[in-house]
Amino acid sequence: MANFYTDNNNLVFHLSNPKMKDIVVLKEDDFKNEENSEIAPVDFEDAMDNYKQILEIVGEVTGDIIAPNAESVDKEGPSLIDNRVHYAKGTDENMDVLKKAGLLGMTLPRRYGGINFPTTVYCMAVEMISRADASLMNLFGLQDIGETIKEYATEDIMKEYLPRFASGESTGAMILTEPDAGSDLQAVNMKATLDKDGVWRLNGVKRFITNGNAELSLILARSEEDTTDGRGLSMFLYDRDKTVTVRRIEDKMGIHGSPTCELVYNNSPAILIGKRKFGLIKYVMALMNGARIGVACQSVGIAEAAYREAFKYAEERVQFGKKINRFPGVYEMLTNMKLKIDASRTLLYETARFIDVYKEYEEIAKKRPLTPTEKKEMKKNRKRAEVLTPLLKGISSEYCNEIVYDAVQIHGGTGFMRDFPVERLYRDARITSIYEGTTQLQVIAAAKGISGGIYKELIKEYQSVEIKPELEFLSKILNTMTEEYYSTIKMVDDADDVEFTNFHSRRLVEMAANILMGYLLTFDADRETEYWFKSLAELFLKKAQSENRERFSYIRKSQIKDMSLYKKFAV
Amino acid sequence: MGLKIIVLAKQVPDTRNVGKNAMRADGTVNRGALSAIYNPEDLNALEQALLIKDKFKDTEITLLTMGPPRAADIIRESLYRGIDKGFLITDRRFAGADTLATSYVISKAVLKCSPFDIILSGRQAIDGDTAQVGPQTAEHLGIAQITYAEEIQSIDKSSIQVKRRLERGIEVVKSKLPVLITVHGSASKCRPKNAKLLMKYKYAKTNTELQALNEDYMNSFKAKPYLNIEELNLDDLGCDIERVGLKGSPTKVKNIENVVFKSKDSKRLTASNRDIKGLIKTLIESRVVG
Repeated sequence: MANFYTDNNNLVFHLSNPKMKDIVVLKEDDFKNEENSEIAPVDFEDAMDNYKQILEIVGEVTGDIIAPNAESVDKEGPSLIDNRVHYAKGTDENMDVLKKAGLLGMTLPRRYGGINFPTTVYCMAVEMISRADASLMNLFGLQDIGETIKEYATEDIMKEYLPRFASGESTGAMILTEPDAGSDLQAVNMKATLDKDGVWRLNGVKRFITNGNAELSLILARSEEDTTDGRGLSMFLYDRDKTVTVRRIEDKMGIHGSPTCELVYNNSPAILIGKRKFGLIKYVMALMNGARIGVACQSVGIAEAAYREAFKYAEERVQFGKKINRFPGVYEMLTNMKLKIDASRTLLYETARFIDVYKEYEEIAKKRPLTPTEKKEMKKNRKRAEVLTPLLKGISSEYCNEIVYDAVQIHGGTGFMRDFPVERLYRDARITSIYEGTTQLQVIAAAKGISGGIYKELIKEYQSVEIKPELEFLSKILNTMTEEYYSTIKMVDDADDVEFTNFHSRRLVEMAANILMGYLLTFDADRETEYWFKSLAELFLKKAQSENRERFSYIRKSQIKDMSLYKKFAV
Repeated sequence: MGLKIIVLAKQVPDTRNVGKNAMRADGTVNRGALSAIYNPEDLNALEQALLIKDKFKDTEITLLTMGPPRAADIIRESLYRGIDKGFLITDRRFAGADTLATSYVISKAVLKCSPFDIILSGRQAIDGDTAQVGPQTAEHLGIAQITYAEEIQSIDKSSIQVKRRLERGIEVVKSKLPVLITVHGSASKCRPKNAKLLMKYKYAKTNTELQALNEDYMNSFKAKPYLNIEELNLDDLGCDIERVGLKGSPTKVKNIENVVFKSKDSKRLTASNRDIKGLIKTLIESRVVG
């Protein structure tokens, strides 16, 4: 009788964030929203009660059904029979339960059969699902392509296709990667041509497609003849028929429950989404950011599961006449795991709130012109979401990998055997820092927050927040860290060399992340009176400050000629 | 094809997590000390009804529960999972009923919901563990019964085929409709609450519960008739007062003993053939096996 929501008071805590009030009011159009009034909340408290009760359902389903199925899903995996992908038995059961619980299409508006929940609440569901079975997140999380359809498709398309996600009748896929177009999507080669009846036809090969056999997918294809870059690409919606061949299912290291397919399109009919030529430059970015938030939730979920496994093992395992969690080498690892989880989680939900605010203003803007203040809020929140999403994805997935590494370490030889869940978590974690853009690519996107002054503005805002006197020592550390961060940026800027900046950008981005997470943990401690929140913030900041200092001193000693030395052994 | 199904469910104290104060000195259950839950096997029964409805969309599921006013929780929990309507059978005059008096009242309520094709209930409730109320209800109604059901294998307009889970195997039986079926805990687990149904029905209330609420709530309640949970009392059901409550209950509890199982002396055996042979011999001699 496990419940992954009620057993995790950290999630309960983040749901109670005071900023939720603004989000709910925006999301529900100040409760004037009459559509499907049978399930529409009447006020803020009613909406929050809905979120709480439905997260409890997610908690029950993940704890009682999905988590117990995870081992068999990992062992069985999907199979390809007669050009059809069949999920593992446990995956089928999981999807059926999620469908019956009405949890698909969580963020879609009620008029399309959804329940109109904020991204922040949806992310909590994705985190719990990932904690139970990381591979299921890929199927559950792909409902997010519905969000992109909602943003850019015509009303007719939305009316026809969105209810299929919401009812659980169809799953989704985002189909971008090709054998020669991975990180570099400008190289996409799949051809989209208009036939004489005015129907778009797709031809070509797509590779590494998660849930490739989905009923509904969004596909990036070259619609403009004689083009070679991103400006010749458009986005298409494809409703599965018999024209696509599933050539193979990949044999992966982890997330076995999620089928990764190679697909061959043969004159497959598709519908253009939005405007021609905007496929990569606009719509893929929207899709990607949604998927990156999903991976951040997945990272935090896997990390939570690994921490709990390690904690349990260390409490039970006795060596040298003592439980092993009494040894400094072990308890340090465990507490560092907890610090990383809580730090990435607080950044996750802060980012989700920025996303909620700007997306809701965008929705409102479709109905009426925004006031200048509203417009400003929308832009501010969008800018923040755009840099924090890659920052978060990068940090949380790297943390996740560090955490599962330590979790196996705590299990000792036992962790290397397939007998304990930690071995699966170790394999499942590995993809998080690779797909939806590697950490190296996240750094490039997140570095725009440095050059664009977005982190600076955000830190300034955080600095002006008043906190309890007993937490002022934390503010002091943060102020020092911020000064050191600015002087490090200055050193890099002064070198005035693009490659030098790129060489150090991961270090700079991580410094910014440490400061932001430090502030957020401090605010959490300020809002909560429990002793451990304060301890967490204190421990995190001690570590973060020394990490940042190491980066600072490394960059200070770094010279432009170092890069050619580095290349000597790599190029 | 649409069927009319009645599900019988009970709110019970959670005897799976019994603490120190679970029993009173007089040997009765201290209901205040235990949380009230949906009787587990009644959830299995509800799932069977919902599975039939998944198959035959026009099926209508009515749930009956008998108990104090707070048992309305059972109806809300069932509405969240997909029943169409629920009745709370409640009346102080029903208090102290044994299985005979209870099944009499329930059979009267079932008649109020007639006609019906199938009645589903859990095999037994975890508080009394009698497994009598289902079969007795069928007897009062004069209809066929199938107990210990694990799976409904097929169903048509006039008959049903059911797999029963028995102590030493399974049995497949066929029955005419209408029929009362009691469902075993090994049957499919009940589905979770549905998010949309929860939001739709979370303010569903009985008349008794409504008394405690303010006017604001009453207005929105009146606009949504589906939020009304109907209560049925002795007069609504036309019960004979001699046959209900303590008066209508021939069962008398003579004595309750607190039994604590104590382990007897133990014997340590190795994996050697000699020890195993010796154990088998002892077990056969003491008639534990064979």
